[in-house]
Amino acid sequence: MKLQINNKAYDVEADGDTPLLWVIRDELGMTGTKYGCGLAQCGACSVLVDGMVMRSCVTPVESVAGRSITTIEAIEEDEVGKRVVEAWVKHQVPQCGYCQSGQVIAATALLKQTAHPTDEDVMAAMANLCRCGTYNAISAAVRDLAEEEGAQ
Amino acid sequence: MTELVKGLSGEEALPTGEPVNISRRKLLLASAGATAGALVIGFGLPLGAARAQGPGAMAPGTRVPAFLEIRPDNMVRFLSPFVEGGQGIFTAMAQIVGEELDADPASFIVENAPAGDDYGVMEGGGRYTGGSQSVRSSYDTMRRLGALARQMLLQAASASLGVPIGQLTTKPGAVVHTASGRTMAYGSLAAKALDLPVPDPASVKLKDPSEFRWIGKPVERIDVYEKSVGKAIFAIDCSVDGMLHAAVQHAPRLGLTVGTIRNEAQLLAMKGVHSVHVLPGAVAVVAERWWNAKRAAEAAQVDWKEPGPDSKVRYMPADFSTAEFAEKLATAPGDGVDAEKEGDIAGAFESAGKVVSATYYSQYVRHAQLEPPSALARFNQDGSLDVWLPNQAPEMFRADISARTGLEPEKINIHSPLLGGFFGRHFLYEFANPYPQAIELAKEVGRPIKLIWSREEEFLRDPVRPMAIVRFRGALDADGMPVALEAVSACEGPTEALWGHQDGKVDESAVEGLTGKSYAFPNKRIAQLYVQNPAMIGYWRSVGNSMNDFLYETFLDELADEGGQDPYELRLHLLKENARLTTLLKSVVELSGGWKRGPFTAVDGTKRARGIAMASPFGSHTAAIAEVSIEHGEVKVHDLWQSIDPGKIVNPAIIEAQINSAVALGLSEVLLEDAAYEKGMPLARNYDMYPILPPHRMPRVHVRIVESGEKMGGIGEPGLPAVPPAVANAVSQLTGRRIRAMPLSQFKFSS
Repeated sequence: MKLQINNKAYDVEADGDTPLLWVIRDELGMTGTKYGCGLAQCGACSVLVDGMVMRSCVTPVESVAGRSITTIEAIEEDEVGKRVVEAWVKHQVPQCGYCQSGQVIAATALLKQTAHPTDEDVMAAMANLCRCGTYNAISAAVRDLAEEEGAQ
Repeated sequence: MTELVKGLSGEEALPTGEPVNISRRKLLLASAGATAGALVIGFGLPLGAARAQGPGAMAPGTRVPAFLEIRPDNMVRFLSPFVEGGQGIFTAMAQIVGEELDADPASFIVENAPAGDDYGVMEGGGRYTGGSQSVRSSYDTMRRLGALARQMLLQAASASLGVPIGQLTTKPGAVVHTASGRTMAYGSLAAKALDLPVPDPASVKLKDPSEFRWIGKPVERIDVYEKSVGKAIFAIDCSVDGMLHAAVQHAPRLGLTVGTIRNEAQLLAMKGVHSVHVLPGAVAVVAERWWNAKRAAEAAQVDWKEPGPDSKVRYMPADFSTAEFAEKLATAPGDGVDAEKEGDIAGAFESAGKVVSATYYSQYVRHAQLEPPSALARFNQDGSLDVWLPNQAPEMFRADISARTGLEPEKINIHSPLLGGFFGRHFLYEFANPYPQAIELAKEVGRPIKLIWSREEEFLRDPVRPMAIVRFRGALDADGMPVALEAVSACEGPTEALWGHQDGKVDESAVEGLTGKSYAFPNKRIAQLYVQNPAMIGYWRSVGNSMNDFLYETFLDELADEGGQDPYELRLHLLKENARLTTLLKSVVELSGGWKRGPFTAVDGTKRARGIAMASPFGSHTAAIAEVSIEHGEVKVHDLWQSIDPGKIVNPAIIEAQINSAVALGLSEVLLEDAAYEKGMPLARNYDMYPILPPHRMPRVHVRIVESGEKMGGIGEPGLPAVPPAVANAVSQLTGRRIRAMPLSQFKFSS
């Protein structure tokens, strides 16, 4: 099966029903995308598929063959993703950091779709769990980005 | 680090059995040419041992090369005795050591130190990461370490420049000879400096706090960028050449053992499966990929056996239910063992104008850290063993692994990656950690094994925060002022659960938060009534305080109401001899714009109320106010104000972040969490049935730091305990219904 991840083509051996998460982590060795629950509950496994956020722990790898997948490893190659990372640093968001790959991906997906999201948009899109309780720092960072002049 | 570990796995790269013979300088020089951003040159290797200056001759925290390496590019590599799991300790260590070393914390690369005596830097010896102890227990030692390193750099510069050391000073990252204007970067001196004998620790002078450049300032965390781009490495991310993956299916109840695996042949035929193994209380599957291992482990059909009479495992019976156990605790006979006793309790109750009695409940809760536990074990050809595992106490885990394997501790290399949250999860709990299984599998298979527990297996074996059920009695005088308080807590503390209960003794970890209160009750008695739990008990962020301050502070509000007193005024009254806590209590009221208990109608038309509570956990003191309303039948917390007095501080930005974090966990506990069991099984095995605080329930959080200058207290845990009672007290006031139990999700409220 052929996968397009971070603008590179990969041939993978995994069965088609293997979750994308485990193909990325184990077969391809990219560990930035995290396993938290395996049930699409926590969002630590979030990746972009054609610019939309998907929870890779419940996404069969065969369903994304041929589509453009972006993981956290390439997030700064995306204009929006780069701004999100900068905002995460500016607002000193991460604590343990385990959920933050997914949070950055979720914020990137939101801002790619809606450059100036409302608070309700942010609330709806930023639903990933964080056990360290970085939620206020996350919303401050996303609100900052949502209000940026340069955003399209 | 994945690449790094892979790179190190070849024998030619690193004779893992002989780390003491590796020249640090060679490694250091080799690292100078490493790609920019390469984090480490030998993760977890006991580098300092290469410069041993007589083993055992030096006090912990003084052998400078065991902790520090300064690279030619002036980056400072520091091995932290305390593990980073979100609390910001790497940054705090960089500030503290950097302050005296005269090196910008931003130039630090910090990793967790390996196991070793040099790192036993806590007051009283040894080290672990817990009890909010890291900074306060090692502050002077770590400052001195930085000062010793600076002194060695000065000595090296003195020799290089041929000038007396007294003519030299430093600026961040460099030695300066003011007279000649010459400077030498630390990176150019380090190779020589770190080969010098470490000076007598008593010979260096520490800075006066007025000279601090970084301590006390909101210095940026040194790990946020890597954690924002997926480069931070956790145990679950580690890999080595030739490893296989493993998954387990645990016995549904602790204590059961594997009888037969009915479909072993079928499991072995599943894709990618290498082998199937019987372990104590679990079946394991080893496979080429974790997903294959997990699928097969889940598919295993196992007949589980009840334990024999000689089983030493804490046994979970098939009829255990948390609801029934709570009632058992509530009605357990006896009045416990005294933990605190003052005055004349019996007399006070006899002469009381009014006696208030009530039973208060808390619940089991899970750590639910986002990173599921894992362990990677590799036996090396030279007879040594490497283990990568999440842990809060490397020497304790090494000793345990030594006992299990029969290997000398020196043959066991403990690697401690970043923790994806911990909250007390990664101590040495029997049957609650995957490393014994990973080591056993690596031995059986003859290849390195990486074992990950699925979330479901984790929630089956995670040791719970104990529940305490407390029978309170309060005596009020004729004016409604409380004159006596009695609390008998039926509870098993995590410390006695781990190390053994001693008859007639109180476990401080069971009663803290009922004890240690500063309210002036002339007569009081706090007691523990020990009742062993079938479930495994563990430390959870703020330990006993996480439940006991809820229990105590909500009953205090009940007493206030029964006596017709305002709960804020009553607390002020009970603290009138205590200037420090009076200041703290007033500060949170001021922060919230003045005491306004309510109920009142907010600008948006919702009916709201506020609750107040205090706590004195882990050497710090806190006061919190919560504002709540009822929305769609559930409690909504709008604002949470908290003042904390930790005595002295290192980083106000991290303190504010930790208060936010503790508020989130405290709210999660009081609003949502309940690790309930029925028929010996946890009802929830994942976040779907065990909800933790989601983003939309996070309130605004307002923090004030009151730096009293008193002895330094903890930071990671103290922000939690006052939160649940502040919320519950607000809800009681708003709804008119006395809240005596967590979580609030068990109650239906009308808006």
